[in-house]
Amino acid sequence: MADLSVMLSGIKLDNPIIPASGTFGYGREFSELYDINILGSFSFKGTTKEERFGNPTPRIADTPSGMINSVGLQNPGIDKVINEELPRLKKTFKKPLIANIGGFSVEEYAYCAQRLNTEDQVGIIEVNISCPNVHGGGMGFGTSASSAAAVTKAVRSATKKPVYIKLSPNVTDICEIAKACEAEGADGISLINTLLGMRIDLRTKKPVIANKLGGLSGPAIFPVALGMVYRVYDAVNIPIMGMGGVSSAKDVIEMMLAGASAVQIGAENLVNPYACRNIINELPEVCERYGIKKISEITGGAH
Amino acid sequence: MTEGKYEIIENTKIAADVFKMHLSGDTSALTRPGQFVNIKITGYFLRRPISVCDYDGTGMTLIYKTVGGGTEKLSEMPAGHTLDLLVGLGNGYDTSRSSSAPLLIGGGVGVPPLYGLAKLLLSEGKKVTVLLGFNRKEEIFLDDDFRKLGAEVHITTADGSVGTKGFVTDAMNGISYTYFYTCGPMPMMRAIAKCAKTQGQYSFEERMGCGFGACMGCSCKTMFGTKKVCTDGPVFESEEIIWQT
Repeated sequence: MADLSVMLSGIKLDNPIIPASGTFGYGREFSELYDINILGSFSFKGTTKEERFGNPTPRIADTPSGMINSVGLQNPGIDKVINEELPRLKKTFKKPLIANIGGFSVEEYAYCAQRLNTEDQVGIIEVNISCPNVHGGGMGFGTSASSAAAVTKAVRSATKKPVYIKLSPNVTDICEIAKACEAEGADGISLINTLLGMRIDLRTKKPVIANKLGGLSGPAIFPVALGMVYRVYDAVNIPIMGMGGVSSAKDVIEMMLAGASAVQIGAENLVNPYACRNIINELPEVCERYGIKKISEITGGAH
Repeated sequence: MTEGKYEIIENTKIAADVFKMHLSGDTSALTRPGQFVNIKITGYFLRRPISVCDYDGTGMTLIYKTVGGGTEKLSEMPAGHTLDLLVGLGNGYDTSRSSSAPLLIGGGVGVPPLYGLAKLLLSEGKKVTVLLGFNRKEEIFLDDDFRKLGAEVHITTADGSVGTKGFVTDAMNGISYTYFYTCGPMPMMRAIAKCAKTQGQYSFEERMGCGFGACMGCSCKTMFGTKKVCTDGPVFESEEIIWQT
């Protein structure tokens, strides 16, 4: 049987499968369905300094081979996550977690990273500078190399844990931004976040989403994500967590061949709650079919 | 919540744009009337949430309206076809607060979940009155089914073609009740909130990503903090609802 284990910044994962932030909450819903310890890790819901309700509803629209969301970083705030969600999660998930943080200022990112620095359960801090759904924050930092660098620098000095910066695809040159993050000490890059998009309701003749635009995810964006992972792999020398429309074990292999060291599964969890479990179960057979003995060795193999 | 395959036994039109689908399969995850299922429809990414009208040990009945491509495709599926469902979603109606004479108020495609509720309330020995609102005669459905159960049925139509002319709120004052349950369009439920004489339970609709609490797509503000329509609802009690204007 193929060896599915991978290394991410000194942390050994049993397999490369990681549910993506915002599609897995803090693990509670899924831990009622299956033992989430089979996962490589998981990235919890994007957490900010203060509690956020998020955007008005409707926040969700169906699209061809995908969906648009405009949740807007709804979360209970860093205090509640540390005091309530993490202790609860500790009972069901025994592996290092990926803590996804969001922010509206460089200081807020640094504050959240510093708060999480002493949490043993947190293996990696994933910094979301690419949420398309919050005005004045999130994507603002991810759309220029200088602001991405500023956030990376601040978070880097606030924590000793590995820092991965999650990038937006809604930019002119994602490689330039990835390089800027690497130069400021990022341990890795997560990509891609969602693509900006819209649906219009023919009955009302207005956008379906209350916030008008939202983030497109799902299989529709898989080739875009794959292309960006491929390009960023050439641009930087730090590991990549690849994501964007991954929905099968074969997609995982493709994403790793493009350059990902681990792979996040997002929207697919929402329509198929057993998606990650099924992918993990299918990976050995798919590896065997394509002659892969050690999955970590295929990272970047398409170059 | 369970995920499983369900065979379509029947899928027929029962009123304008309204279809009745009977599915056979495991219903053990359904515990209350007012819960819903989330249906995978080939060719569409997101599942379509549909409330359960009635269920027994062998299957369930769904009544749905065609409102877009997904539900239109669902309406064309023949008997024998198999569907992938997430079953047992949402909290459902709580009958313990109904007292002796509950009123069930349904508007249009909000009527179906009240059928299973009426059945349960009647089995508990309650006197059930049902008030159904439709736009016109051609849209009316389930009225005879409620009568067959033994409920007293009142109908309003916006055009006056059947029953009281107007909206459900025009007929509510003439009915005596101890508690109410409702499901229907937001303007109807908002109007009910203004003229109701007792507390009650409202079933809400919202666009959902997952239907089981993971995506936070259907969040709402309540008197007791942020809740999710899919897992904390879709049924909310009048005391917790904040009516947005």
